[in-house]
Amino acid sequence: MLLHVRDVTKTYPGTEAAVLRGVSFDLGAGEMLALTGESGSGKSTLLHLIGGLDSADRGVVSVDGTDLTPLDDVGRAALRRGTVGVIFQQFNLIPSLTVAANIAFQARLAGRHDSARAQSLAARLGLAEHLHKYPEQLSGGQQQRVAIARTLAAQPKLVLADEPTGNLDETTADAVFQLLCDLVVETGAGLVLVTHSERLAARLGRRLHLRAGQVT
Amino acid sequence: MTRTILSALFSHWWYNPLQVFTLLAGLALGTALWSGVQAINAEARASYDAAAATLGGGRYAQITAAEGAVSLDTYVALRRSGWNVSPVIEGRLGPVRIVGIEPLTAPGGIGPVSAAEGADLGVFLGGGQIFAKAETLTRLPDLGVTGVAAPDVAPNTAITDIGVAQRLLGRAGEIDRLLVGEAQPLRRGPLPDGLVQTAPQDGTDVARLTDSFHLNLTAFGLLSFAVGLFIVHGAIGLAFEQRRAIVRTVRALGAPLGQLIGLMAVELAMLGLVAGALGVALGYAIAAALLPDVAATLRGLYGADVAGQLSLRPAWWLSGMAIALGGTAVAASGALWSIARMPLLASAQPRAWGLARQGSALVWLSAALLGAAGGLALWGTGLVAGFAMLGALLVGGALALPGVLGLGLGWAGARARGPVPQWFWADSRAQVPGLSLALMALLLAMAANVGVSTMVSSFRLTFVAFLDQRLAAELYISASDRAQAARIVAVAEAEGAVVLPLLSVERAVAGLPAEVYGARDHATYRDNWRFLLGEPGAWDALARGEGVLVNEQLFRRAGLTLGDPVAVAAGVSLPVLAVYGDYGNPVGQVVVNDAVFRAAYPAVQALRFGLRVAPDGVPGVQAALRDRAGVADGAMVHQAAIKALSLSVFERTFTVTAALNVLTLAVAGFAILMSLLTLAAMRLPQLAPVWALGLTRRRLAVLDLVRALVLAALTGALALPLGLALAWALLAVVNVEAFGWRLPMYVFPLDYLRLGAFALLAAAGAAAWPAWRLSRIEPVRLLGVFRHER
Repeated sequence: MLLHVRDVTKTYPGTEAAVLRGVSFDLGAGEMLALTGESGSGKSTLLHLIGGLDSADRGVVSVDGTDLTPLDDVGRAALRRGTVGVIFQQFNLIPSLTVAANIAFQARLAGRHDSARAQSLAARLGLAEHLHKYPEQLSGGQQQRVAIARTLAAQPKLVLADEPTGNLDETTADAVFQLLCDLVVETGAGLVLVTHSERLAARLGRRLHLRAGQVT
Repeated sequence: MTRTILSALFSHWWYNPLQVFTLLAGLALGTALWSGVQAINAEARASYDAAAATLGGGRYAQITAAEGAVSLDTYVALRRSGWNVSPVIEGRLGPVRIVGIEPLTAPGGIGPVSAAEGADLGVFLGGGQIFAKAETLTRLPDLGVTGVAAPDVAPNTAITDIGVAQRLLGRAGEIDRLLVGEAQPLRRGPLPDGLVQTAPQDGTDVARLTDSFHLNLTAFGLLSFAVGLFIVHGAIGLAFEQRRAIVRTVRALGAPLGQLIGLMAVELAMLGLVAGALGVALGYAIAAALLPDVAATLRGLYGADVAGQLSLRPAWWLSGMAIALGGTAVAASGALWSIARMPLLASAQPRAWGLARQGSALVWLSAALLGAAGGLALWGTGLVAGFAMLGALLVGGALALPGVLGLGLGWAGARARGPVPQWFWADSRAQVPGLSLALMALLLAMAANVGVSTMVSSFRLTFVAFLDQRLAAELYISASDRAQAARIVAVAEAEGAVVLPLLSVERAVAGLPAEVYGARDHATYRDNWRFLLGEPGAWDALARGEGVLVNEQLFRRAGLTLGDPVAVAAGVSLPVLAVYGDYGNPVGQVVVNDAVFRAAYPAVQALRFGLRVAPDGVPGVQAALRDRAGVADGAMVHQAAIKALSLSVFERTFTVTAALNVLTLAVAGFAILMSLLTLAAMRLPQLAPVWALGLTRRRLAVLDLVRALVLAALTGALALPLGLALAWALLAVVNVEAFGWRLPMYVFPLDYLRLGAFALLAAAGAAAWPAWRLSRIEPVRLLGVFRHER
């Protein structure tokens, strides 16, 4: 099992209500899962727990056989660069690096940089002409495609995407979404995608709906 | 992975050259201010040390002959009778002072020159070497001996074997004086008649007299370091705030926090090294530019011979680098700690950075420091306590600034009418955290200006008054012996001059070393001497021999009060009538009526005299003394010349102080400029809505300029009391602890107004460019704030 989530609970300091309450699900390699729910239902929090960006109060999160609970910062960092790839809604590109350097960045951290693969990804994502530009010289859709290329260039086993098309218009969102799905299928990785869009969620194989921190 | 992380960190600087320039410039200027002042101090000190090292420079007791020279036979006889003495001869060859020593018997050996490369005792003894600074060697004619460069020898001085010196000076077999070693055999013969032994000059050492000036410079160094530290802190804090997004992203992509922090520390150390080297070089340039004035000041003030040029001393450039790295480490530790504690999912947006975000903790810290400063002022003793008070006062005042500015701006905002003024005050208040460190640097720079200017000006006023008091007579004459003294009195009185004999003897008074002076009752003293404290009718009582005057040093050190009896001679004890200022004198002094003095010390005859003469009669009296009493020109001092020299010395002191003041202010202005430039991009989200609502870019720019002036004016208003408190601390606490005398404090409102104008000018200059850029900003950049897809 690529991802194993059992009875996960999370409460943020200073708040009484739990953001996540006993969430459980599994995901196999090559599976694609849409995570939906209203704002504040706990979707992003769950994604952060799976990505090792935050830790659960209770329960088990296991990625590719590794239990995240006992991992320290070094262990979680190793998981993020080697096993998991996160695509953020706000892109989180490094503004001082060129598009090419941004795409190669996580792969270099993971020690898996393959320039041919990076160039092929850039070409597939329509970025070949922009490799020497800086992020601020690109449109929002182009920046999101750079973020996708960065994640996939590192060849993670599990891709986590937090509303990757939330800032894009419908046409661009569709194109970016399709490219993401195609590339994930080609790599055989698992995908957990947070989205508000019913239309996009319906196009993935599985769907998990959260309401008030619980799976419904 | 390390290389990848470093590439991301460095790419930030490459992509934002202004930020790296700000950081490097902040670090370099902070270091330059510190090391420049320290370089001047170190160079001057090194010159004194070299002078002192040359034959002890007063550290050893000396034996001289009443006739002038000590004969070779006398020297040999003394050695045979057990005296551990060593011969010295001195003279001049053109501009260079030649000192001949006997290295095997000299108390310090060939200490001052032994470290010189190529020094060889054998060759030295054989008369083959002469030691001097390299530049001094070039001024020597061909002497037929090998010149060896020795940086530790005093300027304009060359040291060689006594035999060589006697030959070079054409004084074969002559000895000027004998140095008396510290260790002497218990059984040794008595000192023959005609020889005089003088004690080591502990209390009147040149270096000790110059300490007051050094202390001033050290205090200024402390202030400049504080200014520099705030600038460094601000530059580093700002740089870290701007990289929060990168740090978060790099961590999210898998870089371990520990490694990231470590690499950032390495990166900062590298930047610190580069900036430190630049700063030390800049400090060297500042010191080199100012040193001729400092050298002239010290030479004129105290007679210390300071080389008029700067040499690169490893000790101070290493200390400069250490200060740069240490300052960087201190300033960066908080920023690194903040990064280490930053949650991975924290906002990537740069926050309003600066100390002000710590809010009430800062207010409490400031209050605690100011309280500690007050406590130390009231109850602290010792120089360390004095400097601790100074530090607490400055840092406490600086930390209070954001809070006080916030209160002032809030008060103005509450009274504003109309939307634009209300926005202006609210926005100004919002800018305080981002500008707080630069404004603190400005506050310290202005306070340092007020404090040091007040101190130096007070010093000058006091010293001029002191010169009027002490140099009231038109002529001062020194006699070579008793016979000449009698001739001087006869000739001077025949020429119509009033003769004021200057009688003195050294003795312990109230358990402390002191000089007892006999003064004739004359209007010269009554009209010119000013008491710090005195009983009514003190002069009349002194004239009747019913009391004494004491200087401030003795009064404070001995814990005397008016009316306390002091013993001025065996069996003669008189009450203290008044206390007078005696600035710069390290030892205690007691003045008694000359009749009392002559009765107590009948053997002491005056060899120095003050002559009261009509100003236009001075040349005639000088000629008569030269022709009829055989007084050499060098033994007659015209007081107008001394006063003119002293005043010119103070003018030079002002040149140095003013240059340092302007420099500190300019650096603070630069810090404001850098902060404004760096904050400009962060401010777009705040300005864009106001622009969209109808304010033109030009008007926004003008408001930004006005804001900088308002903040500088408020900072200046706070700097004035802080600077005056600083001056008071220097004059009334530090100086008293260090030297035992207190300088009166004067205030100079016009100087402060001028300083305020300079500060406003610096702030306007700093804000002008960012404001101009804002007035020309492309609308698309302002619109970018509203683009959702960004």
